[in-house]
Amino acid sequence: MSRTGTAETNYLNAQHGLKSWLLTLDHKRIGLLYLMGVSFFFLLGGIFALLIRLELLTPQGDLVQPDTYNRLFSMHGIMMVFFFLIPAIPGVLGNFLIPIMIGTRDVAFPRLNLASWYIFMAGGSITLLGVLAGGVDTGWTFYPPYSSLYSATNVLTVGIGVFVNGFSSILTGLNFMVTIHRMRAPGMTWFRLPLFVWGHYATSFINVLGTPVIAITLLLLVLERAFHLGIFDATKGGDPVLFQHLFWFYSHPAVYIMILPSMAVISELIAAFTRKRVFGYHFVAFSSIGIAVLGFLVWGHHMFVSGQSVYAGTAFSLLTMLVAIPSAIKVFNWSFTLYQGSVSFDTPMLYALGFIGLFMIGGLTGVFLGTLGFDIHVHDTYFVVAHFHYVMVGGTIMGYLGGLHYWWPKITGRIYPEFWGRMSAMLVFVGFNLTFFPQFLLGYMGMPRRYHAYPEEWQVLNVLSTAGASVLGLGFLLPLGYLLWSLKYGKLAGKNPWGAKGLEWTTDSPPPTENFRDAPVVSEEAYDYAGAGHGDGGAPAPARAH
Amino acid sequence: MPFKIPFMPEQASSMAGEVDALTLYLVAMASFFTVLVAAMVIYFAIRYRRRSPDEVGGSFDNSALLEITWTVIPVLIVLFTFVWGARVAFRLYRPPADAVQYYVTGKQWMWKTQHPTGQREINELHVPLGQPVKLLMTSEDVIHSFFVPAFRVKADVLPGRYTSLWFTPTKTGRFHLFCAEYCGAEHSRMIGWVTVMEPEEYQAWLASVPTQGSPTAAGERLFAQLACHTCHQDAAGAKGPALGGLYGRPVALADGRTVLADESYLRESILNPAAKVVAGYEAVMPSFQGQVSEEGILELINYVKSLPAGGSASVAAASEGAL
Amino acid sequence: MSHGHSSALAHHFDSLEQQREASTLGMWLFLVQEVMFFGGLFMTYMLYRWRDPEAFAAGSHDLNITLGLLNTVVLIASSLTMAMAVHSAQTSRRRPLIGYLTATGVLGLAFLVVKYFEYSAKWEHHLVPGPLFHFSEPAIGGRAEVFFSLYFAMTGMHALHMVIGIALLAWILRGAVRGRFDASYYNPVENFGLYWHFVDIVWIFLFPMLYLIGRHYHGGA
Repeated sequence: MSRTGTAETNYLNAQHGLKSWLLTLDHKRIGLLYLMGVSFFFLLGGIFALLIRLELLTPQGDLVQPDTYNRLFSMHGIMMVFFFLIPAIPGVLGNFLIPIMIGTRDVAFPRLNLASWYIFMAGGSITLLGVLAGGVDTGWTFYPPYSSLYSATNVLTVGIGVFVNGFSSILTGLNFMVTIHRMRAPGMTWFRLPLFVWGHYATSFINVLGTPVIAITLLLLVLERAFHLGIFDATKGGDPVLFQHLFWFYSHPAVYIMILPSMAVISELIAAFTRKRVFGYHFVAFSSIGIAVLGFLVWGHHMFVSGQSVYAGTAFSLLTMLVAIPSAIKVFNWSFTLYQGSVSFDTPMLYALGFIGLFMIGGLTGVFLGTLGFDIHVHDTYFVVAHFHYVMVGGTIMGYLGGLHYWWPKITGRIYPEFWGRMSAMLVFVGFNLTFFPQFLLGYMGMPRRYHAYPEEWQVLNVLSTAGASVLGLGFLLPLGYLLWSLKYGKLAGKNPWGAKGLEWTTDSPPPTENFRDAPVVSEEAYDYAGAGHGDGGAPAPARAH
Repeated sequence: MPFKIPFMPEQASSMAGEVDALTLYLVAMASFFTVLVAAMVIYFAIRYRRRSPDEVGGSFDNSALLEITWTVIPVLIVLFTFVWGARVAFRLYRPPADAVQYYVTGKQWMWKTQHPTGQREINELHVPLGQPVKLLMTSEDVIHSFFVPAFRVKADVLPGRYTSLWFTPTKTGRFHLFCAEYCGAEHSRMIGWVTVMEPEEYQAWLASVPTQGSPTAAGERLFAQLACHTCHQDAAGAKGPALGGLYGRPVALADGRTVLADESYLRESILNPAAKVVAGYEAVMPSFQGQVSEEGILELINYVKSLPAGGSASVAAASEGAL
Repeated sequence: MSHGHSSALAHHFDSLEQQREASTLGMWLFLVQEVMFFGGLFMTYMLYRWRDPEAFAAGSHDLNITLGLLNTVVLIASSLTMAMAVHSAQTSRRRPLIGYLTATGVLGLAFLVVKYFEYSAKWEHHLVPGPLFHFSEPAIGGRAEVFFSLYFAMTGMHALHMVIGIALLAWILRGAVRGRFDASYYNPVENFGLYWHFVDIVWIFLFPMLYLIGRHYHGGA
C-alpha cells in the first residue's frame, strides 16, 4: 500500500470553506461538528469542576461565596450531563461510524442529522447565555419548589436551553434507529452488526422513549416558574415530588444513554486489541437491549428517602438490582474475550481495560445504592457523587477517549503519538481514582453532596480528592495537545493501522465522501479474526457457522 | 481509645450496627468480584499478550455453560443482597410502638424542633438515651432532608406533607445533624447537633428550658382562637363533625371513599377542607391556608389527637346516617 | 419511470422503496416520542385528578362542552378529508388531492378559531392561572387552578401541534399544486397524514378527559 491518505479526495478535502462545513449533510463532517461542540462544553464543565475541587480544599468555604459555589456545581452538572456525556459518543463516534459500519453512504435523514447538531448548539447557546447572565443554582436536577419559587437565578433560560437540547437527542436517536433498520448493506444481518451498532440501537431506543418525558417536565417547570401554575407547588395542591418522578423517569435511563454507547465502544476495542471475536456476542448484544428496557423501571430509587412508601421502595430496589445482571454479563464476556486472545496494549486498549476496572466499581456501588437499607444512610451524600462519577467519568469518558484514539486514524488519516497516548491513559486512570475513591469514604462518613463548607474532620480526604482532580485534569488536557499536533505531524495511517476487522477498516483513511469506493457486500460475521485472518480485511471470507 | 473501623462514622443508634453489617457484606462482595475480574483480566492480558505483529486470537468465542454461570450467580447474589437490604429498610422505616414523637420543621436555613413537652430548639435536638424517638417532619419552604450520620437515618422534609423517621440513641454525646437535600444558598450551613443525654440529665435539661406549655395545650389555645369549636361540636346538627377520638380511625367521606384519620389527613382538612368532606356534612369549612404556621398546625393536630372519644353520640349518629 | 420520480430519490438511498420505508419508519418513531411527550402530561393529569377529584370536576364544569364537541366534530371531519387526500395521492388524482388538502387545512384553522374563542372566554372569566385567577365556588377556590393549568398546558400543546400541522400542510399543498405526488411517490402526503391523525387522536383523548369526566357528579352535589 503505497497510496498516501491525502492524495485522493476524501470527505475532508472534497469541499473547502466554512460553508461546506456548516451546511454539510455528510454524517462524518457532522460527527466532527459534534466533536468541536462537545469538546467546548467539556472544557467549560471541567473548569467548573476544577473550581469546585479548589473550593473544597479547605473546609471553611473561603474561596467563593456560597451562592457562587452553588452555581458552579449546577453549571458543572448541566454542562457535563446534557451537553457532553449524553451527546458525546453518539454525536461524534456514532455519527461518524454507524453508516460506515453497516456499509451505507449516510444516515437515513442527513438533513435531520444536521438539524440535530444545530438544535444541540442552539440549546447549548441558550444555556451559555444563562451562564453568562449569572448561571443557575438549582443543581442539574432542577428540583421544585426551589427551582420554581425560591431560586433567584436564570432557571428559565437554562431550563429552556436544556429543553431545546432534548430534541437533538430525540432526532439523533430516531435517525440512528431508522438507519440501522433500513440502511444496512446487503448481507449485513442483525447478528453480523458490530456491537457498537447494537449499543447505539439500544441508546436510541431510550432517546426516543425517554427524552420527550423530560422535555414536557422541563416545559412544565418553566411554565410553573414563569406563570406560577401550581403544578409542582404544594400550597396550590400540586406535588413537588411528582417532578422528581417525571425527571428521573428520563434521567435514570439517561444514565444508560451515557453508558451504553461507551460499552458499545469497549466491545469494539476489546475485539480489535485481542484480535478475537467478542465472547458471547449474542449475550453482549441483548444485554444492551436488556439494560435499555430495565433502565425504564428503576427511576424510583432516586426517591428512596422522599416519603415514598416502603413497598414502592422495595419494588424499585429489586428492579434496580436486576439492571446489574446485564451489566455483569457484559463485564464477564469482555474479560473472557482476552482468553486465548492476541492482546496488545495500545492506548485504546489501556482505556478499555481501565473502563472494565472503573465500571466494575461504579456498577457494584450501584448495587450498594439499590440496596434499600444501605441507601438511606448514603442517599444524597458523596457516596452517590463518587458512584455516578465512576459510571460517567470512569465509564463514559474512558470509553469516549478510548474510541477517539482508536478511530482517530480513520477520522483524520493520521496516527497520534502512542507514547503520549499511553501516558494520558495512565494519568486519567490514576487521577480518576485519586479524585473519586476518597469520595466513597466521605459519603459513608456522612458528607452530604452540594456542600460548600464541611466539618474539619473530612479535610484530608477532600485534599486527596482535589489533588487527584489536578492529575485528572492534566490527563484530559494532554490528548487535546497531541491529537491536534497529530493532525499535521502524525504518521499517515493507511486503511487499517490496527489490523482490525470491521467495514470501517476496509475503506480509506479518511474515508471518501460516499464512504466506500465500491458498495460493500457483507459475507462474514463480525470480528471474524480466526476465520479469515486479518490485515486489510478487504477480501470477504465465507460465512462461518457457529 | 476504643476500637473504631476507619471511615465509618460513629455508631450511636440501635440501627447503626445493622446498617454497618450490611455495608461490610456489600464491601466484601464487591471486593471479591472486583479482585476476581481484575485478576482474570491481568492474568489473561499477560498470558495471551501479542507475541508477533500478525498474531490473531483463538476461535473460542462462546460457551453456554459460562454464560449461564455468570448470569445465575449474579442473580442469586443480588437477590440475597436485595432481601438483606429490604429487611434492614423495613426496620428503618417502621418505628417501634413505644416511640415518643418529636416535631421538626425545616426552613431556609434552619431546623426548628419541638419536644412532646413543648420545649423548642433551633438547630439542636436533645433526646434521652435509649428512648425510641420518632420525628414528624415538614418544611415551610423548599425540600430539605434530615440526616444524622451517626444514627444512619435520613428522610426528606417536604413542604405540604409529613414525613417521619425514627431512631433509638445508644450512646450519649453530640452528633452532627445535616441537611442532605440541596435547599439554596446556605444549604451547607443548615446543620446542627443532636445531643443524646442520660434520661435523668435530659429531665433536668427539660426543666431548665422555659416553655409555653405542651403542644397539646398550645393547640387547644389555637383551637379556641380560630373559633374551630363553633362548628366542631359534639352536638346533633353541628356544622362540622365532632373531633373526639377521631385520630387513627377510618372516616367515611361524602364521595364514598374512606380515609384513615392520620396526621396528613388532619393537616389537609385544615388547609384544604373541601378535598375530603366527611359524609353527612356540607363543604362549608373555609381553608386556613396562610393563617396557621406549620408549627401551629402541628399543635392543632396534637390537640385533636388528645381529644377523648367521649360524647360520641353525635359522631356515631353522623356516621350511621352516612352509611 | 418519469423524470419527477428519480429526482425524488435522495442520493444516499438505493431505491425509492428503501427511501419510502425509511421515512415511514421515521414518522412512526416520531409519533412514539410524541406519545411519550403527551404521556407525561396525561400521567400528571390523571395523578392530580385522582388526588383531588372534586376540584377537577368543578373545573371541568366550567369548560364549554358545546365548543369542545364542535371542535371534536371538526377534527374528526379533518381526519376524514386527510384520509381522502392520501387516497387521492395514491390514485394519482391531483385535483381531488388539492381539494381535500385545502379542506383539511380549513378545518384545522376552524379548530384554532374555536379554540381562540374558548381561551378568550376563560381569560374574561379569570380562569387563566396566575395572579388574576379566581374561581367562583368558594369551597374549591384556588384548588381549581391546577386543573386549569393542566387544561391550558394540554390543550395549548395540542394547539401548538395543530399550528405546526397547518404549516406543514401548506408545504404539502404547495407540492401537490406543483404535481409532485402521484401513485409512485406520495410518501410525504402519507407521513403527514400520520401526523395529522395522531394530533386528532390526542384531542379524542383530551376531550373526554377535560370536558366530560366527572361533570355529572358535580351537578348532583
